Amino acid sequence: MSSDAVILDPRSGMQALIDALDTAGYRVLGPVLRDGVIVYDDVVSESAMPTGVRVEQGAGRWRVFQDARPERFSWTPGADSWKRFVFPARSEVLRIRRTDGSWTTGQPAAPDRPLALLGARDCEVRALGVLDTVMLGPNHPDARYAQRRADAFVVAVTCGEPSSTCWCTSMGGGPQPHDGFDLRITELSDHAGHRLLVQPGSDRGEQIMAVLPGSDAHNADIDSAAHVVQRSVDRLPVRLPGAELPALLAGSELHPHWDDVAARCLSCSNCTMVCPTCFCSSFSDHTSLDNDEAFRTQEWASCFQLDHSYLGGRPVRATTAQRYRQWLTHKLQTWTAQMGTTGCVGCGRCTTWCPAGIDIIEEARAVIGSQMVAARLQPVDVYVHPR
Amino acid sequence: MQIVPYRVVSRVVVGPATVTLGLVPVAQACVTAAPGQFMMVWCFGIGEIPISVSGIVNGGVIEITVRAVGATSAAIVDAGVADVLGMRGPYGTAWPMGAVVGRDVIVMAGGLGLAPLRLAIESMVSGRAGQRSLTLLIGAREPAQVLYAEQLPAWRSAGADVRVTVDVGDSAWHGPVGTATAVFERMSVRADVAFVCGPEMMMVSAAQALVRAGMSPAQVFVSMERNMHCGIGHCGRCQLGPLMLCRDGAVVPWEMVSELVQVSGR
Ligand SMILES: Cc1cc2nc3c(=O)[nH]c(=O)nc-3n(C[C@H](O)[C@H](O)[C@H](O)COP(=O)(O)OP(=O)(O)OC[C@H]3O[C@@H](n4cnc5c(N)ncnc54)[C@H](O)[C@@H]3O)c2cc1C
Ligand code: SF4
Ligand code: SF4
Ligand code: FES
Repeated sequence: MSSDAVILDPRSGMQALIDALDTAGYRVLGPVLRDGVIVYDDVVSESAMPTGVRVEQGAGRWRVFQDARPERFSWTPGADSWKRFVFPARSEVLRIRRTDGSWTTGQPAAPDRPLALLGARDCEVRALGVLDTVMLGPNHPDARYAQRRADAFVVAVTCGEPSSTCWCTSMGGGPQPHDGFDLRITELSDHAGHRLLVQPGSDRGEQIMAVLPGSDAHNADIDSAAHVVQRSVDRLPVRLPGAELPALLAGSELHPHWDDVAARCLSCSNCTMVCPTCFCSSFSDHTSLDNDEAFRTQEWASCFQLDHSYLGGRPVRATTAQRYRQWLTHKLQTWTAQMGTTGCVGCGRCTTWCPAGIDIIEEARAVIGSQMVAARLQPVDVYVHPR
Repeated sequence: MQIVPYRVVSRVVVGPATVTLGLVPVAQACVTAAPGQFMMVWCFGIGEIPISVSGIVNGGVIEITVRAVGATSAAIVDAGVADVLGMRGPYGTAWPMGAVVGRDVIVMAGGLGLAPLRLAIESMVSGRAGQRSLTLLIGAREPAQVLYAEQLPAWRSAGADVRVTVDVGDSAWHGPVGTATAVFERMSVRADVAFVCGPEMMMVSAAQALVRAGMSPAQVFVSMERNMHCGIGHCGRCQLGPLMLCRDGAVVPWEMVSELVQVSGR
């Protein structure tokens, strides 16, 4: 018997979890199937969350299948990511009112309720960690981000049905979250029935777990969860040597393959918009009609935009080849030097949502050299027995 | 994000569409900038741009020298005495003044690049920095565009070897014509430490010439420029390969960027 894990019913238990988080004061966000895609939004009822939904993802391809099976997490994430809630696509950062000869500044009001993120996959939990290093750096932490993020309650989910675009294990993670969460759900479906194994990752996770109407988990449940993880690991071939990418991509600036990609890339910014770690943004000022009040917004931007590198009257990165090179090498190479973490968590969104079907893995392999990649690939043993 | 109000107390036209503004805090002041650091300077309702601090005079008046090249810089250049501008900062790295102690120093400036160097030069000509010798090579487009021309005699009499070169001379011009790099290559000056600031092409040619003349690429410092929206590492625009220039620059040793700038579009 394992008293630090409980078994919940996939429907009534899920509702109890939503209710417990709501009662604890959280704004509960979770997955919702809308217009044929999984998005994250407010959830009040567990019935709003997907049941029996499967997805098929490929380069430039996303399809949803609904069947009668009862699984709650048999899908992988869509274009939406939790980034949108801790780092909104557009937000006001400053408001300034002109007063007699000078001005007063006001900071936008803090969010009224902390967030609960219900259903974050390992790649998503790690993406939040990557964003943290950018937004909460020691010198200039972003106070608004800090507030949204520090209070956020993370309910992570172990992936049991990876997509073909998933490559988290290449980037040192997945398919089961090991830290950065308050509670972790692993969905079990075996001879003992369909159920959710819930394990805590923090004190406040334990507090919420204590009020859930679950039964204590048994060793058989823990073993069954280990089985889920191993099955997913088997379905997630290591496709790039994540830790070695900065070294392997060094010196690739003049590789002719950048021009090859540029002939296909639309420079549309989709990959950066869906990426859960991309943080490039614009700060711009706006004024009220009477010109007495100015406010500053921060909006998601992209290294694929010409004005991103605008300098002294012209863009530094004028060609698509230069911009694609900037993007790929930032994600897989230079981010590590800048931030001390990888810039990519291997979620596969940029591949799925590229209208030209460009796959970051294929392009990286072409630049590095497939044989070189193959020689460096070590099957990564990411499987750690759950606590 | 806090923007600190500063009032314009002086405005001097120093070149075509270029002014030096003196600014004092309306109330609270920003932290004092070290030589080479920059501020984000804001004009109400227009925008905010990175501008180097080019002087700190009379116990706290901050001087900036700005050229109008677009909407925000034009609005700052148009600011009149008594107008209020906003400041954030200082940000970025500084010229390594510790490295000049007891050393022979060469400073090379191209055009407006003299502005971010001025605090460092003043620290040296005033004797505070403790360098052994100072050679200053200033390049300008034409004689009328030599920045801070009225200060050069004082710098010379303080012992600096100051040389000015122009791209295009006029009938009154008796000095050299050509780039600062070309002037350097005709001189037989020895230096241990170099500070270089100007357009990227000028810095590249100057730094390469300094290294060819035997200087260590670790002792040649340049001030790199990229688009900047935030100054605090949050907008991602100031990247130059592995560097984020608002944080790791703008002042960097040449050895850190010499390869990066070889590839266009970085
Ligand atoms: C570290 C640093 C120090 C600088 N110091 C000075 C100085 O002392 N005096 C001075 O006159 N100029 C300086 N500049 C250049 C100055 O910041 C640009 O001229 C200014 O940003 C142009 O803005 P704009 O809106 O007037 O022009 P636009 O051409 O309309 O530019 C639009 C936007 O692009 C970006 N941008 C364009 N050019 C530059 C540029 N060269 N550098 C950074 N961002 C740019 C800005 O976000 C700007 O708001 C410095 C730049 C940097 C990076
Ligand atoms: S670069 Fe692509 S695979 Fe990597 S984190 Fe971003 S969207 Fe996911
Ligand atoms: S990339 Fe890994 S962690 Fe992310 S959804 Fe796919 S299997 Fe899960
Ligand atoms: S200027 Fe925004 S990250 Fe450097």
